[in-house]
Amino acid sequence: VMSLSAKDKSVVKAIWGKISGKADEIGTEALGRMLTVYPQTKTYFSHWPDLSPGSAPVKGHAKKIMGAIGEAVGKTDDLVGALGPLSELHAFKLRVDPANFKILAHNLIVVIGAYYPADFTPEVQVSLDKFFSNLALALAEKYR
Amino acid sequence: MVEWTEFERSTIQSIFSKLDYDVAGGKALARCLVVYPWTQRYFGNFGNLYNAAAIMGNPKVAAHGKVVLQGLDKAVKNMDNIKAAYKELSVLHSEKLNVDPDNFKLLADCLTIVVAAQMGAAFTAQVQAAFQKFLAVVVSSLCRQYY
Repeated sequence: VMSLSAKDKSVVKAIWGKISGKADEIGTEALGRMLTVYPQTKTYFSHWPDLSPGSAPVKGHAKKIMGAIGEAVGKTDDLVGALGPLSELHAFKLRVDPANFKILAHNLIVVIGAYYPADFTPEVQVSLDKFFSNLALALAEKYR
Repeated sequence: MVEWTEFERSTIQSIFSKLDYDVAGGKALARCLVVYPWTQRYFGNFGNLYNAAAIMGNPKVAAHGKVVLQGLDKAVKNMDNIKAAYKELSVLHSEKLNVDPDNFKLLADCLTIVVAAQMGAAFTAQVQAAFQKFLAVVVSSLCRQYY
């Protein structure tokens, strides 16, 4: 894993702070895009009555995800520890193929890039991309 | 053969008609070199790639970005047979340039972000889906002649 440098951590905190006012909106957009652009991801949500972008289940779920990521932003020194319970949930109950974490991360990055084109420089992207990779690994930690 | 809907065709034509080929390709390539630094391995003769600022200001990166976008233009103009249109390009990338095909996807993702940043709200989920489908076909065609 490409570990987070001190600079990465501060860049991530800064960009997450910047987007925090629109976090739920961004999350909803990203999740909606994931379901649209990567339709195979819909297979995890067959229990939702409505899978359309911006629907209530999508909004609610995006809020959960963004909340969890926001917490992780504050715990970059020990992501594995911070994500232990969520990792157990994903490993034993949800059993989401970890390849999908990368897909969601990509869509979060596309949306943040679209909403904040001036702030989302390549340098910010590399730190955020590393953070999402580390987050995904921490989330998959308990899988096997 | 790849099937394109009318929406997909017009979306792709529209996106590329609005791209400044002199700028967008360079931006995407620079972003790729910064975000995925191992991609720098193919550009040993580009001079200063030591940090993000150097990469983003490097004239060879800008020039090569334009070359890449002109290559994509070929696909835009041959959407019904990108595989055939890209045969020589594929051989070039595999046998002469020896590029790991995984890198095509990385550059494609960076171009997606550049286009998203330029289009803002107009880069809807459906537009993103069409654009990423197009890039996936391009990438697949570039991989075709690898053995």
